Amino acid sequence: MSIFTQLISELLGILATFVMVLPYLIGYVLLIMLTLGIWRIVRRFMTPKQDFGALKTVTFGDESAVTSNSAASVISIALIFVLWGSFTGSRWLPSVLHMPGAFQGEAGFSYTIELPDGSTQDATVDVVVFGAGETPPKLSVDEGAQSAKNDGVAIQAYRNKLLKWDANDEFSRKDGAKIIAINGQSIALDGEVFVPNLRVAVTPKGTLNIEPNKGVQMEPIWLPAPEAVKDRLVEIATAGFKNFMLVEHLGYSLFRVIVGFFFGALVGIPLGYAMGLSDWFRGWFDPIVEFMRPVPPLALIPLVIIWAGIGEVGKIILLFLAALWIMAIAARAGVSGVRISKVHAAYSLGASKWQIMRYVIVPNSLPEIFTGARVAMGVCWGTVVAAELVAAEKGAGMMIMVASKFQQTDVVILGIILIGAIGFAIDMLMRWAEKIMVPWKGRG
Amino acid sequence: MTTDHGLNINNLSMRFDLPNGGSVQALKNVNLNLKSGELMSVLGPSGCGKTTLLNIIAGFLAPTEGEIQLNASTVTGPSAERGMVFQQGALFEWMSVRENVGFGPKMKGTPRGEIRETVDHLLDTVGLGDFKEKAVYELSGGMQQRVALARCLANDPDVILMDEPLGALDALTREKMQSLVLKLWKETGKTIILITHSVEEALLLGERLLVMAPRPGRIHREYRLPFADLGVDQDLREVKKHPDYAEKREEILSMIWDMEEEIMGRMEAQS
Repeated sequence: MSIFTQLISELLGILATFVMVLPYLIGYVLLIMLTLGIWRIVRRFMTPKQDFGALKTVTFGDESAVTSNSAASVISIALIFVLWGSFTGSRWLPSVLHMPGAFQGEAGFSYTIELPDGSTQDATVDVVVFGAGETPPKLSVDEGAQSAKNDGVAIQAYRNKLLKWDANDEFSRKDGAKIIAINGQSIALDGEVFVPNLRVAVTPKGTLNIEPNKGVQMEPIWLPAPEAVKDRLVEIATAGFKNFMLVEHLGYSLFRVIVGFFFGALVGIPLGYAMGLSDWFRGWFDPIVEFMRPVPPLALIPLVIIWAGIGEVGKIILLFLAALWIMAIAARAGVSGVRISKVHAAYSLGASKWQIMRYVIVPNSLPEIFTGARVAMGVCWGTVVAAELVAAEKGAGMMIMVASKFQQTDVVILGIILIGAIGFAIDMLMRWAEKIMVPWKGRG
Repeated sequence: MTTDHGLNINNLSMRFDLPNGGSVQALKNVNLNLKSGELMSVLGPSGCGKTTLLNIIAGFLAPTEGEIQLNASTVTGPSAERGMVFQQGALFEWMSVRENVGFGPKMKGTPRGEIRETVDHLLDTVGLGDFKEKAVYELSGGMQQRVALARCLANDPDVILMDEPLGALDALTREKMQSLVLKLWKETGKTIILITHSVEEALLLGERLLVMAPRPGRIHREYRLPFADLGVDQDLREVKKHPDYAEKREEILSMIWDMEEEIMGRMEAQS
């Protein structure tokens, strides 16, 4: 099969998945529209705003009239947590909002067997479904007087169990006995019936496969409840994870980013200046920079591991490389972006080359450098997590990687939230620094 | 006629090669002498080389032939004795108004107290006494050009070169700024060369008025005008009512109009 047909069949699979997801997406959008409608009604009862924006009659298509509605942001974030809690049966939510969960408790059904001589007998199965982590209850079953004895079985929620119904009977499947009906519904080999809270199937070999109703909630192993993640946060923060405290994991990741970025900027900015100020340096480094820039830092991880191992040095080299090209290009753009009339004016005011550098070129390039630094910090943060996923003793990425190997989904989700929060904080910090340090940005 | 004082432009030519193998004669055999304290406006259709001429005088470009002498020394590069005022965007937006104006003296190593005095005085002169500590991007276009004028004057240059300094301003602000330029000229006695696109501005501000013609860039005609002197103490709108003013304006306008027509004709002939 050629690559083309392979890709086509892959694409068809993806399209099928997309079509399955589509109704949920549409539902989500409808929900957004619904909250918008509710918000509009609520707003009627509030004092109307009289600012300039509110008095505009043309808002559709006016980019400046569209500002982020903070009510929508609050609802959106709240909804994520409500959905999360609802599908995980969170204790933080009133149970009214919970999606139907997995069945727990007592259930049962009767089955009818047919003997080789054509006679039939009935027996019952008592089923007790217990929650994960609970000890399985002991069942006392009244086996009854008939030759097909009654059975009892304890099953953990979300699991299923095979029941050899004939184990305690006076005759067995070997003797030719087989189940023909469950709760009066007839059934053949390999068939299934649904009884209250249970799905009961007969395997090809004739045993019963009992599966309690799973509901639509997520099992904690797939998605833990929010409070489980919070409990895990408290636990890791106080007791640590895999020999290191949470602060150490995050601190090491941040340390790598800051040191790698620092050296990247330390080398990259002068490199960019040299490229912006000298045609020889420009010619020398243009091919190198233009080639290295599109290489994703992640693609360098294997080489860096081969050369420098998985220790701090290797990680910092990687982040240095991630930041270097971005900073060099930003500094080069900053120098090239200086308006020639500013340089001419400075020369005509008697400035020397060094003074032009100090008072015109450097301050003029600062806004570009800050923009580059913001991008570089973002890329570095992404790269450090990825590098730690590959190999590390500590770090945010290592934390979620190891946790996933032990199916500690709560740690994985906690790690993702922390990584996102730190990345967001870094970006906010850089924006704030930009505002303080280069207030003239975009005002020239 | 050459003198040791003032600005002498001797047989200046500028010719540069184009990437396609051709070449452009931007200026040809320009001769000019400016006495100290003269105010000359330069007018001409686009492509007549007036900005090239200014850049050569400023020292940003080296001419292919001829030379420029200021006070008997040849111009080889930019220097503080020839100040520039640009159309816009030449202020340093990372500095306050005060720092911008004090830039030249600071580069020279003038003591701080002295810089402060000069800057205060100049900003009061250009009417920005209340805006000294503002950031330049907080000022309007007209105010920014006032800063640019003050910054140039703070350096006490021998010649001030102005490349369409009022070109980006609205008509009202422009008129106010024209009066300011005249006032500063009279008060400081600087030699000023002012390039402009506006015939009216050239008439009002030019003690001498140079009309340049394109291809090759050359001096077409020179006038001596009384309007700049009149405008020093008079409202510029009164000056415009002067009978000679309208006559000269029509004359120069039609001169430039003809040049433009000729350029268009040549371009049509080529294509």
